[in-house]
Amino acid sequence: MIRNSASEMASKLASGEISSVALTQAHLDQISAVDADVHAFLHVDTEGALAQAAAVDAKRASGEKLSPLAGVPLALKDVMVQKGIPTTCGSKILEGWRPPYDSTVVVNLKKNGIVILGKTNMDEFAMGSSTENSAYGPTHNPWDLTRIPGGSGGGSAASLAAFQAPLAIGTDTGGSIRQPAAVTGTVGVKPTYGGVSRYGLVAFSSSLDQAGPCARTVLDAALLHEAIAGHDPKDSTSINAPVPAVVAAAKAGNVKGMKIGVVKELNGDGYQKGVRDRFEESLELLAAAGAEIVEVSAPNFEYALAAYYLIAPSECSSNLARFDAMRYGLRVGDNDGASAESVMNLTREVGFGREVKRRIILGTYALSSGYYDAYYGSAQKVRTLITQDFNKAFEKADVLVSPTCPTTAFKIGEKADDPLAMYLNDIATIPVNMAGIGGMSLPSGLAEEDGLPVGFQIMSPVMKDDRMYSVGAALEAALLSKWGAPLLSNIPALAGSK
Amino acid sequence: MTSLSRDDVAKLAGLARIQMSDAELVALSNEFTVILDAVARVQEVAGADVPATSHPLPLRNVFRPDVVIPSLSPADALSGAPAQEEARFRVPQILGEE
Repeated sequence: MIRNSASEMASKLASGEISSVALTQAHLDQISAVDADVHAFLHVDTEGALAQAAAVDAKRASGEKLSPLAGVPLALKDVMVQKGIPTTCGSKILEGWRPPYDSTVVVNLKKNGIVILGKTNMDEFAMGSSTENSAYGPTHNPWDLTRIPGGSGGGSAASLAAFQAPLAIGTDTGGSIRQPAAVTGTVGVKPTYGGVSRYGLVAFSSSLDQAGPCARTVLDAALLHEAIAGHDPKDSTSINAPVPAVVAAAKAGNVKGMKIGVVKELNGDGYQKGVRDRFEESLELLAAAGAEIVEVSAPNFEYALAAYYLIAPSECSSNLARFDAMRYGLRVGDNDGASAESVMNLTREVGFGREVKRRIILGTYALSSGYYDAYYGSAQKVRTLITQDFNKAFEKADVLVSPTCPTTAFKIGEKADDPLAMYLNDIATIPVNMAGIGGMSLPSGLAEEDGLPVGFQIMSPVMKDDRMYSVGAALEAALLSKWGAPLLSNIPALAGSK
Repeated sequence: MTSLSRDDVAKLAGLARIQMSDAELVALSNEFTVILDAVARVQEVAGADVPATSHPLPLRNVFRPDVVIPSLSPADALSGAPAQEEARFRVPQILGEE
């Protein structure tokens, strides 16, 4: 039952073959069985999930018309607030905090009857590419427990690959949905910036952060996308326009006559051979399905990583100022006569991990008087150049494609002491966030040299998210008929797995 | 090549309100030499003629109707407070004794 896709589960629920309570319990059992090894979850809300499931079953029994995903369980990244449920963002500074309100994404999930199983592990405040920066210990990649599941949303992606949940919510600031999807053999989508409300998403870099769906199939991602997207008056950067027809696009999976642009700069040197091989193979399959493959150039993408590591830390240094030990979260050193300033200093010393401190200090520097123009100001100009590169490329192609990341999953600990090597993971995903466009990663197979999953990235213009679902579904179908079974059927069985 | 001394990092840490040990300050100052070198590449293409982008959407003055909607109760707002007194956040001393 837990190995089905979310849409298969939804049809079984609709036909009465299974109940949401039984389905939810099966996933809770799988979490109990394998999470000691995987560590995808920071909190499991057994009671709450079963209560939500029972409520959906009762509504269905009474004949109420339900949403397509009603009764299907989901794992929620711990950066998204849910009323009364511990929300840590992977940080000690929020340990034990229970938010007094629901994020808009959670409101939408509840409205659709989607059952929230619990909160997933992540790099602290979403800063990282491996989930090793979580204050609560790393998540392990279900394909090989000695390897990273990507980050920052490693918990969400791992929960899908370990069949602990068929759906998950992620957030993507520089690749935190797409890179974990790539290295775990799952599907992850960063919608157009503004497509999904950020209300109740704990901010890291406000002009880049975007929540989106994680799933095991393109159609499942589309169904979840449609459930969480749409205009929200509580987020002033939310786009007031209809949600692109992503479900219809995923169902049709039609690429006939579409122009697919291969970004010259996001391939070649620095990309593992198995990653390049799977990418070329996918291009051939898309051409065979009727798409026209063209090459495009984006000369300024080589500056994207540098610009990102100025813009994101700058915005984070400002956003994380709210963790001041005054209104919620950790407070350290509040002894008689201690000043507020010393309490803040001590609390932030203890509460923040190394990478978060590194980025706050870097951002403080980049924004400081005398350096602002040279660093933050220049990075903002690079952002313009990257957007212009995208605009030119989209004149030649309907979507753009690249490998999602340069390598497959590396070993836990391998890059932990080298921030620059770690940052390079996001080289192909960051341009999308800089321009605010849509990006998807779906599995394109296993690399021959290490047998680990490889991701294929599709990028679509602002509010044309349906295009990446058309291409993703077409490629997924072509690969499925080539393989005869989904990629995840090759994953080694975890000890105790159902 | 840009570099930040231990004292430069200490000053930034003070501005960011993060207490740091000497070992941490030294380690960060070493890392920043490498990181700043890498990120300074943005200056290569950031000419005076290139406009800056602060945000992906061209939004200005986003309003919503000025109507009263339910908001957090004092009890909910205080629910995560490290310390409270008389339905208010209790915070350490902000001003000096004088």
